[in-house]
Parts: sequence; C-alpha cells; structure tokens
Amino acid sequence: MIFHPLGKYILLLKAVFRRPEKWNIYRSEILHEMVSIGVGSLGIISIISLFLGAVTTVQTAFQLVSDFIPKSVIGMIVRDSAILELSPTISAIVLAGKVGSSIASQIGTMRVTEQIDALEIMGINSPGYLILPKIIGAVTMIPLLVIISIGLTITGGYIAGTASGAVTGQDFINGITSTFIPFTFTVSMVKSVIFAFIITSVSAYQGFYTDGGALEVGRSSTKAVVISCIAILFTDYLVAQLLL
Amino acid sequence: MIEIRNIQKTFGENQVIKGISAEFKEGMCNLIIGGSGSGKTTLLKCMVGLHEPEEGSVIYDARNFTRMNFQSRIEIRTEIGMLFQGSALFDSMNVEDNIMFPINMFTDQNHKEKLDRANFCLERVNLAGKNKLFPAELSGGMKKRVGIARAIAMNPKYLFVDEPNSGLDPKTAIVIDELIQELTVEYKTTTIVVTHDMNSVMGIGENIIFLHEGKKWWEGSNKEIYQTDNVELNEFVFASKFMKALQKK
Repeated sequence: MIFHPLGKYILLLKAVFRRPEKWNIYRSEILHEMVSIGVGSLGIISIISLFLGAVTTVQTAFQLVSDFIPKSVIGMIVRDSAILELSPTISAIVLAGKVGSSIASQIGTMRVTEQIDALEIMGINSPGYLILPKIIGAVTMIPLLVIISIGLTITGGYIAGTASGAVTGQDFINGITSTFIPFTFTVSMVKSVIFAFIITSVSAYQGFYTDGGALEVGRSSTKAVVISCIAILFTDYLVAQLLL
Repeated sequence: MIEIRNIQKTFGENQVIKGISAEFKEGMCNLIIGGSGSGKTTLLKCMVGLHEPEEGSVIYDARNFTRMNFQSRIEIRTEIGMLFQGSALFDSMNVEDNIMFPINMFTDQNHKEKLDRANFCLERVNLAGKNKLFPAELSGGMKKRVGIARAIAMNPKYLFVDEPNSGLDPKTAIVIDELIQELTVEYKTTTIVVTHDMNSVMGIGENIIFLHEGKKWWEGSNKEIYQTDNVELNEFVFASKFMKALQKK
C-alpha cells in the first residue's frame, strides 16, 4: 500500500531535478520563494521561539528544586534544547502547517484548474518549474530561520527567567556560555535542511497529484501537513540516533 | 496534419476510448463532438500527451508522438497551442505575463520583442490595452480570449481547443468560434475543437467526428450532418425542441 505512493514520490523527485529549461526564469522563481518562505515565516517563527524559550526556562527552573544544582544549569538546558530540538523541530512543524499547506493548496489548485496541464502542453517540465524553486528556497531559508529561532528562544528564556526571578541574568549567561559543544549546532543545521526538504517535497507531491475539485485541494493540504509532521518527527529520531 | 490510429484508453475497469482512428486536416477546423462521457476530452488529452493511450499512435506530420520520450516531445509541444475549458490562465501572472510566458521559456528574444508579440496577440483577440489585468479581473469571455492569445503566442502549427463555449453567452460564444476559425485560416493551423455546442458545429464544423460510447460513430461536415440517418447522431443533433422543429421543416 505504501509502495505505490512512495514510487510516485520518487519519480516526481526525479522529474523535479531534471535540467531546467531556462535558468534565469528559475532563478527569479527561487528568489521569489526565498522571500515568500523566509521573510513570510519570520513573524510566526519569532513569536513561537520567544515563548518556547520562556516556557522552557520557567519549567526547567520549576523542576530544579535542589540547592546542589547551580542555577546556571537552566541556561545550559535552554540552550541545548533550543539548538537540538525546539528550534529545528518545532519550527519545522509550524512551517509544515504554514508553508506546507500553502504549497499543497497552491499546486493542487493549479492542478484542478488545468494550469499544470497548460505548462505541460507548452513543453515545460512542470514538476521542475513548480517544485524545484520551492525546495531550493526552503532548503536555503529554513536553516536561517532556525538560526534566528535559536537566538530568540534563548532570548525568550533570558527574559522570562530574569523577569520571574527563576534565574539571575548572570547565571543564565554563565549557563549558555559554558560547556558548549559546537557539534550540536551542526546536528541542528542537518535537521533543518532535511526538514525543509521534507516539508516542500511532501507538500508539493500532495498538491501535484490532487484529483478532483476544491474539496480535494483542501484534503491534499491537510494530508500534506499530517504526513510532513509524521515524517519530520520520524526523521528527527533517525538523525538523533545516527548523529548523537 | 494530425493522424490518430487505433487509440485506446482505459481508466481502471472503464474503457473510455475504444480504438479510434481519424485524420485531422491542416488549415481546417476539425470538430470532435459527442454527448457527455463519450470520450471527447479524453481523446484530446491522449492526442496532446496529457494521457498516455494503452494502444495506438498519434502522428504529427509523420512524427510519431506516442513513441517519443519527454525530451523529444518538447519540439512538437512548442508547435502546439491549446485553449482549455477553464482557460487555465496562470493566476499569479497578469495578462501580458501569461502571454509572454511560453516566449520567455523557449525563445531568446529581448523584452521589447516579447512585448510586441504579446501586444500583437492581444490586439488579434480584441483585448488591446488589457495587459496589466489579472485573470481574476477578467470576464469568462475575456479569459477565453486571453487563453487564445497565449495559445497563438508561439505561432502554433496545431491548435487544440477544449469546449470553447462552455459558460459563455451565445453572442460571446459566436465571437470565440469566429476567432478560432479566422486564426485557423490565417495561420494554416490544424485546429481540433472539442465541443457539444450545436452553434459551433453549424458555424465552424468543416470536418466533424462524432463519438459515442468511446467509438467513432460518424464523420462528415456540417453540411452533411442534417442528412445523415445515423440514429445516435440524430439523437444528439436534434435533442432540443427547436432542432426537432427544424428537422420536421
């Protein structure tokens, strides 16, 4: 049951990476997608990251009841949680909802209104023209969003920690600057690139093979988000198991 | 000229096209007519490569399209113009960009040359000056005309038109029909129109193929269609009370 869609997905990806007809047209599409995905998602990622950091700080402080554990540990935990899990994974799940559903409904609408057929009649490789710029745009912009998210999660943690009195500013900064393992950042970037690819390719697949009308476009959009989220969490576990 | 030989197409258990062969002549409006579900649009999609037939071949001027791979088909596809039932204009682009899109993709013309071509196509369909409008701002008839302008942008040798009059008032429908006929003569295109509109049949049907239950049931011209004794065709042509009254006269 899973093999047929998997085969179709692989064949679609093969068509996506076929040589473009004209690079300059693809280049402008890629820039457009970078702005749409990157700048368009900056607001939601910033808000979510600030609150994630705040919640993580407050809850970590609540669980550290022993006087033998220094308060700087809170900063350390927030930093590592942000880098390894909160920023790449939660951001990816939020982006699956925002970017993924938008891609699936956009391509799905183009399918049901015969716009994809029109591209094919013209001799244009429609998977390449429609999907490749989105994949490149996401793979370049989502890691940047994750870097911003890491910074804002830690900032959110600092603000909440100091405002609530759970940790002093100095302790928090001591925590985030001590025993930092740079490899965790590499893992975070690897995750964000893979998640970006999953969000765009899975959503584009769902949209591209939409069959029917407006109702099916909605269904494709929902399926795109659900499947992307499951794939993100499964890949998250796989990357953690392999790299850490 | 386009020739189709023994085209067969099945969806699941349902065989929609049951071995159709025909010839569509150059410089002529060739109509494929038939009731709903007779296989007209499926046949058209098999001809342009949007559906792959299980059997048979489509031959464009001695070039077997069905046996070609994606890369080889591009050459023929740049010679094809198609107007879709819902016009299929790109929502994110304005009228001018829609028309310039195939020119951008397949030619190395500079911007002025491309713009001149787009303006020429727009004038040809009586929409001069509508360059900056978006598809959402156009009426049904205007969308069809922009669709035609985009279809002729690359000087096509073959023009495919799917239900050109669907959703249009009779007056606009006649304008679209006349435009298709004029362009066919002007550019000597092999034009294939899928329709079930009897005004189109009578107006531009120089060569008509009638499909019934996935088979070619009848072939002739609009002059011959009244004299046929083909039962299924007569049921289709004289379905309305008006046409029945006309038949009695």
